[in-house]
Amino acid sequence: MTKIITSKDVHLYYGKKEALHGINLDFEEHQITALIGPSGCGKSTYLRCLNRMNDLIKGVTITGSIKLEDEDIYAPQTDVVNLRKRVGMVFQQPNPFPFSVYENVAYGLRLAGEKDKHVLDERVETSLKQAAIWDEVKDHLYENALAFSGGQQQRICVARVLAVQPEVVLLDEPTSALDPISSAKIEDTLMNIRHEYTVIIVTHNMQQASRISDKTAFLLNGDLVEFSKTEKMFIHPDDEKTSDYLNGKFG
Amino acid sequence: MNSKTSNNIATGVIYVLVAAVIGILVFLLGYILWTGIPHISWHFLTSAAQSFRAGGGVRDQLFNSMYLLVLTLIISFPIALGSGIYLSEYAPNNWFTGLIRTAVEVLSSLPSVVVGLFGYLLFVIQFNMGCSILAGAIALTFFNLPLLTRSIEESLQDVSQLQREAGLSLGLSRWKTITGIVLPAAVPGILTGIILSAGRVFGEAAALIYTAGQSAPTVNYGDWNPVDPASFLNPLRPAETLAVHIWKLNTEGVTPDAAAISSGASAVLIVVILLFNLLARMLGNWMYKKMTATR
Repeated sequence: MTKIITSKDVHLYYGKKEALHGINLDFEEHQITALIGPSGCGKSTYLRCLNRMNDLIKGVTITGSIKLEDEDIYAPQTDVVNLRKRVGMVFQQPNPFPFSVYENVAYGLRLAGEKDKHVLDERVETSLKQAAIWDEVKDHLYENALAFSGGQQQRICVARVLAVQPEVVLLDEPTSALDPISSAKIEDTLMNIRHEYTVIIVTHNMQQASRISDKTAFLLNGDLVEFSKTEKMFIHPDDEKTSDYLNGKFG
Repeated sequence: MNSKTSNNIATGVIYVLVAAVIGILVFLLGYILWTGIPHISWHFLTSAAQSFRAGGGVRDQLFNSMYLLVLTLIISFPIALGSGIYLSEYAPNNWFTGLIRTAVEVLSSLPSVVVGLFGYLLFVIQFNMGCSILAGAIALTFFNLPLLTRSIEESLQDVSQLQREAGLSLGLSRWKTITGIVLPAAVPGILTGIILSAGRVFGEAAALIYTAGQSAPTVNYGDWNPVDPASFLNPLRPAETLAVHIWKLNTEGVTPDAAAISSGASAVLIVVILLFNLLARMLGNWMYKKMTATR
């Protein structure tokens, strides 16, 4: 297995407050990795380090190293725009643009300079199919994306990310604002794309982590407590804290 | 006194105050329209003003007001858009930005006579522009800029942070995120802001008396060459606007029907401004519905 992202000793500070205390985590290509842990444990914060979305927050300092393949993503010469093309993201709240479904999915490609209508059509269709939403929107491609339900909007957002063909897809609690049926569809989507994309998902739903992920990382109060194959972690966790969390003793 | 009575009293007082405001507004509008509308006719709107005889119209003044408005917007909108984008998207939260915001506020509360005289000294005299539509438009830009900048900044701020994150996370540069996502989403608000500020520009008189001038030379509406002195599009010709015309009729009007023309012109002015406001509402609502897909 090749490692696509390697992070070493990642510390993150909001002002003076240290939110991540040295995280060492590696992600393998074409696998689904789940980050779990109670609220405030730093899992979303860590995820947002991977495509430098934390840059947008004032007063954040990050130390340590995060490499995408061999490139240090925090190196001064790194092109953040290019990094985010390679590492896409889906957010907790569905956030489609106030355009049509088609425009939403085609947008990233268009701005990347793709003008060929056939290529666009084809990529929009493929992406919507991968995101398991094609059947629901194929007759409404030119309607405003905001007219759809939250679950549908979220899958449109997934399709929008897939359309620009990133190498890594980050998902920050993508189903926490959705009903169970929509959540299941998002999970199907992730299972669909697992062989072509590296998926890193933050979730507070342990069942979800156990259902879809290959590996799971458990974070607590800014520390990485345990990182192993999902099956192993859920059956024989090494650390007592992991076991307590998985058994619902806290969190 | 128990809380129920005090609540009733407070509500009562508020109703009385609101009624007073609405009363004044209705009285003013009613009076202007009541005395003005009988004088409005097709002839009134399409014929030139008369200096000494009765029966003049407001054709040139109406056109001048419109043209001045367009010119003002052409000058002020790009500047306001730039500063609005800067204040909303780029400006760090420090003393300098605070200073800019305060400056914008001060600019918007300058008395219009002062701006007019300033424009007169600087543009008309110093820059040798003479009394012209262009000098008037630049003077009006001073009023328009703060309003427009503010409304553009606020419309941009109203766009959810999630939209910006979505754009950036797709690998769009900051500039493309702003122009491609944030700006289109803010269009309904920006449009409303433009139209509302247009209403104020349209009704302005004091700042124009010494800048755009008080005379409406005869222009040729068939002459589309903007550098020709006789052309209606020439921005360097003096141009009395509707609001200035009303002021002039009431101070030094010598036509026998000055009062009637003034009433009619006032009604035209009010109707146009009301139409602007109505248009702003409708357009804003329509676009908002389209953007957010609410039914």
